[in-house]
Amino acid sequence: MGRGDTIHTSGDTMTSFIEHIIGPRIDQGEFKRNGIKYGTPGFLLLLARIMLLVSLFVPFWHMELVAPQYPENLHLIAYVNHLSGDVAEIDSLNHYIGMRPLGEAAQFERAIGVYVMILFVLMIELASWIHSRWAVLLVLPVLLFPVVFLVDLHLWMSHFGMNLDPDAPLSNSIEPFVPPVLGTGMVGQFKTVASPGLGLMLSTAASVTMIIALYFHRRAYLPLLKAKKGL
Amino acid sequence: MGLRSTRLRLLLTTAMLAIGAGETQAQSINDVQKIAKDRGLSTADLLAAAKTYTPTGMKDEYVIFSSGGHSGQVFVIGVPSMRILRTIAVFTPEPWQGWGYGVGDEILAEGNVNGKVNSWGDTHHPALSETNGDYDGEWLFINDKANARIAVIDLRDFETKQIVKNPLFINDHGGAFVPPNTEYIFETAQYNVPWGAEYAPMSEYKENFRGAVTMWKFDRKKGRIDKDKSFAVELPPYWQDIADAGKLASDGFFFLNSINTELATGGFGVEGAKKPPFEAGVSMNATDYLHIIDWKKAEKVFQAGKFSKIKDFPVISLQDAIAEGILHVTPEPRSPHGVDVAPKGDFVVVSGKLDPHTTVYSVEKIKKAIANKTFSGKDEFGVPVLDFDSVMEAQVEVGLGPLHTQFGPDGYAYTSLFLDSAIARWTLGGDYGKLNPEPDWTLVQKTPVHYNVGHLGAAEGDTVDPDGKYLVSYNKWSVDRFIHTGPLLPQNFQLIDISQQGTEMPVIYDMPMGIGEPHYAQIIKADKLKPWSVYPEIGWDPMTQAVDPWAPRPKMERIERKGEHEVEVFMTSVRSHFAPEHVTVKQGDKVTWRITNTERAVDATHGFSIPVYNITLSLEPGETAKIEFIADTAGTFPFYCTEFCSALHLEMMGYLMVEPAE
Repeated sequence: MGRGDTIHTSGDTMTSFIEHIIGPRIDQGEFKRNGIKYGTPGFLLLLARIMLLVSLFVPFWHMELVAPQYPENLHLIAYVNHLSGDVAEIDSLNHYIGMRPLGEAAQFERAIGVYVMILFVLMIELASWIHSRWAVLLVLPVLLFPVVFLVDLHLWMSHFGMNLDPDAPLSNSIEPFVPPVLGTGMVGQFKTVASPGLGLMLSTAASVTMIIALYFHRRAYLPLLKAKKGL
Repeated sequence: MGLRSTRLRLLLTTAMLAIGAGETQAQSINDVQKIAKDRGLSTADLLAAAKTYTPTGMKDEYVIFSSGGHSGQVFVIGVPSMRILRTIAVFTPEPWQGWGYGVGDEILAEGNVNGKVNSWGDTHHPALSETNGDYDGEWLFINDKANARIAVIDLRDFETKQIVKNPLFINDHGGAFVPPNTEYIFETAQYNVPWGAEYAPMSEYKENFRGAVTMWKFDRKKGRIDKDKSFAVELPPYWQDIADAGKLASDGFFFLNSINTELATGGFGVEGAKKPPFEAGVSMNATDYLHIIDWKKAEKVFQAGKFSKIKDFPVISLQDAIAEGILHVTPEPRSPHGVDVAPKGDFVVVSGKLDPHTTVYSVEKIKKAIANKTFSGKDEFGVPVLDFDSVMEAQVEVGLGPLHTQFGPDGYAYTSLFLDSAIARWTLGGDYGKLNPEPDWTLVQKTPVHYNVGHLGAAEGDTVDPDGKYLVSYNKWSVDRFIHTGPLLPQNFQLIDISQQGTEMPVIYDMPMGIGEPHYAQIIKADKLKPWSVYPEIGWDPMTQAVDPWAPRPKMERIERKGEHEVEVFMTSVRSHFAPEHVTVKQGDKVTWRITNTERAVDATHGFSIPVYNITLSLEPGETAKIEFIADTAGTFPFYCTEFCSALHLEMMGYLMVEPAE
C-alpha cells in the first residue's frame, strides 16, 4: 500500500480549506505501523497540558523580604489568580512609602488568569489535532506565557514602585524603586529575593515541551504535506 | 586537681561549642579561663552557667507560673534561664496590659466584696488545669487569700477571664487545687469567720465561726466557673490550710491540712486581756487534723439535693458530711503547711513545720480504715478520727521546719526546710523504692538555699508524671544575695539541678524576685503550652474569645451620635495611625468607644490612652475593645499609642476634643 492511499482528498472548496488547516489525516493502520512517529507530538502536547493544569494550583512567583525584625522573613506568593503570604503586613509597611496596596495590582490579569489557562489548555488540545503549520499559531501564545507573565509582573512592579504617593509618611526618605522580578534587590532595610515558583517552572517546562512537540510534529507531518503537494 | 582540671577542660570545650562555630576564630578556651579567673568563678560556677545560660534566640524548656503574693498577679518565668517572660494581671489593675483602665473592669468588678472594690489580691497557689492528672497547658486558676476569690486565666492569651468571690468566707488558703480532670476547683477557708463574714463576737467562735471547702464547677467548654453547679461542704472552724487533690490510687479524695484545732481566738495585746497570741494559741496541741474529703461522694450528695442554701449558695452541712461519709480526719503533726500526694496517688506527705519529720500516709490504709471504721474517736464536732497508726506509712526525719513536698520521676521526694534553709531529697518506699539506689524512706541530701525557703517546685513535680531535672526553691529572704535596693529586698528564686541521683543537687542560678512575694508556683514543660501569637481574627474580643460583630473594621471607622447625649466611636489602629484622628464630643456626652487593632503581624501591639480620663489599653494584634465613659471634663486631650509600635510611633496620636457645655 502506497503512502498516497492514506491521504483523503476532496474537490469541495470548503472541505479543502478545512483540510488545508487541519492538515493530512492518518488512518489507524498507518498510526499502528508508525505509532511513535505520529504519537510523539500528541503525547508531548498532552504532557504540556497536564503541566499547565497543575500550574494553576501552585505558586507562580515568590518574593521574600528579609529584614532584622522579621526573623522568618515576609513572603509574597503570586498564583495565577491570587496573591497570598504576608500581603497585609507588606501593605501595612508599604503605606509608609506610599505604595498602593498589592491587591490593586494586576486585578484584570488575576481575574482572567484561570480562564486564560483553560483556554490555553483547549488551544493545545486543538493543536494536537491539527497536522499542519497552523498548529504553531495555536501553540505560540501558550509558549510565550512565562515570558509574558514576567514582563507583566515587571511592568506592575515598576508602575507601583515608580508611582509612590508623595503625601506618604516616608515619601521624603525613599527614592522610587523597582525590585527585580527575579534575583535580589534592596528597599530600605529590606532585602528582596524574588524567585520563580513551581507554577512558573511548570509553565516554562510546558513551553519547552511544546517546542519539542512542534519539532516532532513537523517531522511527522511535513513529509505528508509535501507528498500531498506533490500529487 | 586532676579531676577538676579534666572537668574544667571538658566544660570549656562544651562552652566553646556552645558559643557557636562561626565566631570561634578569635576566641579560645584561654579567654574563658581568663574571665573565670578574673571574676573568681569556680568550675562549678562555669558548669552552672553552661546549664542555665540561654543565648539569644534559644528558648526555655520549662515555664514557671508563679503566684505573685500580695502583688495580686501571676508571673511567668522561663527555666533554666530564669528570665521573667511576663506578668499576668489578675486581681490588681495593671496598666501595661491595660487591665482595669477601661478593659477588664467588669471582670475585676466580679471580685467586688459586697459592692466594695478591692483592687489588690494575695495570690498564693496557682493550679494548672489537668487531664488525667497531668498538666494540659490550657487553663490556670489562682486564689486570692485576702478576700477568698478564685480567678480563671485562659492560657491561649494569658489573660484573666473570670473572678469569683466566695460568698461564704472572706479568706482562703487551700486554693486553687484541681482534681486530675479539672472537674472542680477547690477553695478552702483559712481564717474562719461567720458565714458571709458577718459580725459575731469572738466569744462565739465555736458556735458561729465556720470552716468550709468550696467546690467550684469548671466548665471547660465555656472556660468559666459555673456558679450554678458549684457548692460547699461545711467543715469545723479549724484553719483549713493547704490542700491537694488525690489522683490515680486516691482519685476522688481531697486532702486538706488544718491548723488551730485548739480553736484559739487570740486576743494578745488587747488591754486587760492576758491571752496568748495566735502563734502560741494555735500551736498547743501536739497534733492537728488532716482532713480527708471524698469529693465524688460530696458531688453525689449535692446532686441529690441534700444541701441548704447559705448566702444563696448550696452548702452540705457538717452533720450531713459526717453522716454521708464525706469527711474523715486523722491526726497530723501540728501546724502543718503542705499536704502533697505522691505521683501514683498512693501516698500523702504531710510536713508539720514544728516537727523535723515528714509524715507519710498510705492511701490504701486510709481506705481500709474508712471501710473498717478504725476510728480512734471523734473530734469535738463529731467528725470521725481515723486511727493515726492505722493509716501512717512512714515518718522520715528530713530537717527543721519542713513545709512542702514535690516529687521527681525516680522515687525521690523533695521537701523545703524553712528553718534549715535547705531543700531535702529523700526516698519514697513502696513501688518507688526500686527507682533509686538508696534505701526506702531515708534522707539522701540537703542542699542549702538562701534563705528561708517557703514553697518549692519541681518540673511537673505535683503531677502523675514528674519530670525531675529542675527544682526551684522559692526563698522568702535574700539577705545578702543581691545588691541592696533600700530596705525592701527581693525574694530569691533558686534553680537547683536535680537531674543526677544521689547527693549531687547543686544550686545553679539565683533569680531576684523584686516584683511580688510569690508563694507556690508550678513548672510546666514549655511545649505543652499552645498560646496564640496573634488573636485568631481581626475584631477579636478577648472577654468572650470570639469575634465581636460590633468591632470596628478598616474603612468602617466613624463617629455616630446616637442621641442628644450619646456618642459612639468606631476606631481602628494600625501602624502608625488611628482612624479617625479627631473625635469631638460635647461635655456630658456618654461616650462608647470601640477600637480594633487591625494588625496581623506578631508583636504589633498598639496601646491606646486618653489622659485625664484614666484610660489605657493594650490592644494585641486583632484585638477589639469597648470602653465607656462620660466626657465630663471639657478640654483638648491628645490620645496616643503607648506601645512603641513602629518608626512613626510618636506620630500615632489624635485628639479628643470635648466641647464645653453652654
